[in-house]
Amino acid sequence: MVQKLVTHSETASQTAGPYVHIGLMPTHAGNSSTFETELGVSPILGGAKGSPIEISGQVLDATGNPMLDAVIESWQADAQGLFPGQQGADRNVKGFCRFAIDPQTERFTLKTIKPGPVALPEGGEQSPHIALWIVARGINIGLSTRVYFEDADVDQDPVLRRVQPRERLQTLKAKPLGGGAYNFDVRLQGPNETVFLDM
Amino acid sequence: MSGGRLIPRDRDAHPVAHDLNYKTSVTRSPSMPLLSLESTPTEESGPRFGHSDLGPLDHDLIRNWTGGKENAVGERILVHGRVLDEQGRGLPGSLVEVWQANAGGRYRHKMDGYLAPLDPHFGGAGRCLTDESGQYAFMTIKPGAYPWPNRGNDWRPAHIHFSLFGASFGQRLITQMYFEGDPLIDRCPIAHTIKDRSQIDRLVAPLDMSRSRPLDHLAYRFDIVLRGRRQSYFENRPEGL
Ligand SMILES: [Fe+2]
Repeated sequence: MVQKLVTHSETASQTAGPYVHIGLMPTHAGNSSTFETELGVSPILGGAKGSPIEISGQVLDATGNPMLDAVIESWQADAQGLFPGQQGADRNVKGFCRFAIDPQTERFTLKTIKPGPVALPEGGEQSPHIALWIVARGINIGLSTRVYFEDADVDQDPVLRRVQPRERLQTLKAKPLGGGAYNFDVRLQGPNETVFLDM
Repeated sequence: MSGGRLIPRDRDAHPVAHDLNYKTSVTRSPSMPLLSLESTPTEESGPRFGHSDLGPLDHDLIRNWTGGKENAVGERILVHGRVLDEQGRGLPGSLVEVWQANAGGRYRHKMDGYLAPLDPHFGGAGRCLTDESGQYAFMTIKPGAYPWPNRGNDWRPAHIHFSLFGASFGQRLITQMYFEGDPLIDRCPIAHTIKDRSQIDRLVAPLDMSRSRPLDHLAYRFDIVLRGRRQSYFENRPEGL
């Protein structure tokens, strides 16, 4: 016999289900009067420093159908690469946003500022990126990925360096469309499946 | 930000992504392996919320839809518990959001067309922040079971959806709380996407008479554990150097 090891392992995930919007984005579900203030409506306040960008795209299932019921959350650093709460971070960058799929266009849109490279405590840095977390009916545990920018220097990024096979790298790079607009599609399964992260 | 790297997720403690008995998961599950790496400042930081973000009735689903004027129909319950990390430390100031069906099993969502009527006095969403020790509490009504299109005749056990933030984006978790004694749990393909039975059992909240109030409400207790951070003592240099 040995001493009993007291541990607390993580609670299991369950799908967010089809009605996730009433809890996280009530206005999208037609329930705008649920809360006085909805959380995560925009990742930036007026006066945020940096280049304004607009990332839009589709979330596609294995059959190539756009998913209309997904909820996406984003988390990012400010233009200097500092996260909210870190010393010197831009107070007008909240960093967090929640968005859903527009039923008409079948696309999501994230309006924000381009984040800066993020310094790593062990030295080196991560290329500019925005973390995404995607939930929906049929997704049993939230899917994490990152939006990098095809027109930024991404070669030395420690996450991107680990992606195999190398062709899959392009699934993590937002494509510039000009004027600060980018396209970023998420494919849950099948050809060109997005690289999902376990970090 | 304090502490070391996030403790890697034990994927065996979570549902499988692809499960034939939960049909929608078949086309919505990655087929390639996830890329597993140590956490970085991106995952170790996260949004924080404060009391100024919340309204005074946000934690009271019995009354919040009508602004406190009316009470929702259903069995009145207090749902409470603690949000902890894997070191067993309470997580103060973390946002807990919940959503659920009404007492008849109907959601106030434009996509829900179930026969059971909407309750004009029930919205079905709430949120609160944990206190200094990680405790949270909601007042609500016990949700009804409801049928859903999956296999021939599948019914969801009564459940409350929970969304949790903790202190970092890498701790983000959505789960569901079930109720002690519900015979539908064992028949539920969504609960059974979790293959470790003890992990399903941890989602089942026991009746907690110690927090029930006579002539008013019953109570259920649901504790939630989020990912922890490794102790940073031995990471780079000994303490004090
Ligand atoms: Fe549900």
